[in-house]
Amino acid sequence: MSGVRVLVGTRKGAFILTSDEQRKAWQVDGPHFAGWEIYHLKGSPADPNRIYASQSTGWFGQLIQRSDDGGQTWTPVGNEFAYDGVPGTHQWYDGTQHPWEFKRVWLLEPSLTDPDTVYAGVEDAAIFRTSDGGQTWQELPALRAAKGSLWAPGAGGMCLHTILLDPTNPNRIFTAISAAGAFRSDDGGETWRPATHGLKSNWEMPDPEAEVGHCVHSIAMHPARPEVLFMQKHWDVMRSDDAGDNWREISGNLPSDFGFPIAVHAHEPETIYVVPIKSDSEHYPPEGKLRVYRSRTGGDEWEALTNGLPQENCYVNVLRSAMAVDTLPACGVYFGTTGGQVYASPDSGDTWTTIMHDLPPVLSVEVQTLL
Amino acid sequence: MIRVLIPHHLRTLANTGKEVEVPVEGAVTLRTVIDALEARYPMLRGTIRDRATQERRPLIRFFACGQDFSHTSLDTPLPDAVASGAESLMVVGAMAGG
Repeated sequence: MSGVRVLVGTRKGAFILTSDEQRKAWQVDGPHFAGWEIYHLKGSPADPNRIYASQSTGWFGQLIQRSDDGGQTWTPVGNEFAYDGVPGTHQWYDGTQHPWEFKRVWLLEPSLTDPDTVYAGVEDAAIFRTSDGGQTWQELPALRAAKGSLWAPGAGGMCLHTILLDPTNPNRIFTAISAAGAFRSDDGGETWRPATHGLKSNWEMPDPEAEVGHCVHSIAMHPARPEVLFMQKHWDVMRSDDAGDNWREISGNLPSDFGFPIAVHAHEPETIYVVPIKSDSEHYPPEGKLRVYRSRTGGDEWEALTNGLPQENCYVNVLRSAMAVDTLPACGVYFGTTGGQVYASPDSGDTWTTIMHDLPPVLSVEVQTLL
Repeated sequence: MIRVLIPHHLRTLANTGKEVEVPVEGAVTLRTVIDALEARYPMLRGTIRDRATQERRPLIRFFACGQDFSHTSLDTPLPDAVASGAESLMVVGAMAGG
């Protein structure tokens, strides 16, 4: 029987929620790594039993955990993330240059074809790769050569939080970094260039159209059309139809175009989802109403999805990695909140149910569709 | 054998009890004890000392015989009572928070 496995990373551990294809009754397993911050868990598309988790605390640093049995048991693997060569410097809050310092792993993006190959996005911003199942990690250092000296940490840290792998072109990789921007490689990570033309950050940057410095919050693609990218920027929801060469705004009638996650429907490449947040100063939904907005036109025209979501006195946030979709015939959409709720829709967002009420603040949500 | 008390999260990680014993050849210092601890329990690498600098992580403390060794050189000899196994070296997660 097919079903789904929802991987939830929280401030105090990981939770694994499983259901059959009806997605009504849920089995809860966890907390795994109780008391640790789990920034991200993600399963290998090539082997769903292989799952990687980023585990950290301020006390004991960074660990990477690996499961070979669908999250039942875990083994710590390599946790040495050494920048390539002399790490160099980036811009600091006071305008001076500051040395690159490893802080944590924000996300783990397994290869689409090889369970032992995984990309890691880290803070201070860099991309690493393992090809031995997480035992050793090597930086792809050319990314930091893409004007890295001009990158500066945002409020959440100078984090590389998005890695997208092109299913039709194994050499093409996209990354996004808070307060640095979006970048593309067409040669497997050997070289990188900013992919930001068309982004405008009028209130955040002295040159609103500079090549680097834009605070990109997340990027999503549909695997059938990897040249089309959707971006939730600090402010503005954006779209590119040429693999990030050019961007245009698609915020349309959203009540706010500030937000963190963005997702694409599994079967409708022009159907996208965002969760509008009031502003950069007030990280909660406008009017205290938790609404997912869906566009079925690839942007510009948006509808509020509210059935089953709190429509009064709701002041949670939804973080950038905390929304995902499954690939069952009726596409499921999932997101977690800083208030510890996990919401699921088994019908593309038309109706929602709360599948977890009282978790620690949710940092990430990923979904595996089990066939 | 050197006795080392380790904090809750590291016990869970290394699948140990509250106290572990590790062999140390030669001088008994923070560095040699942690080297031995990491050799016996490789999953603890990076959790007590920073991976890059090999210095104490900021929120780790080292106590022994009623004294705080957190701010001394890692190469400072530990008290004879630790070296003889009469007392434990305590690896502690610092108080932090509200």
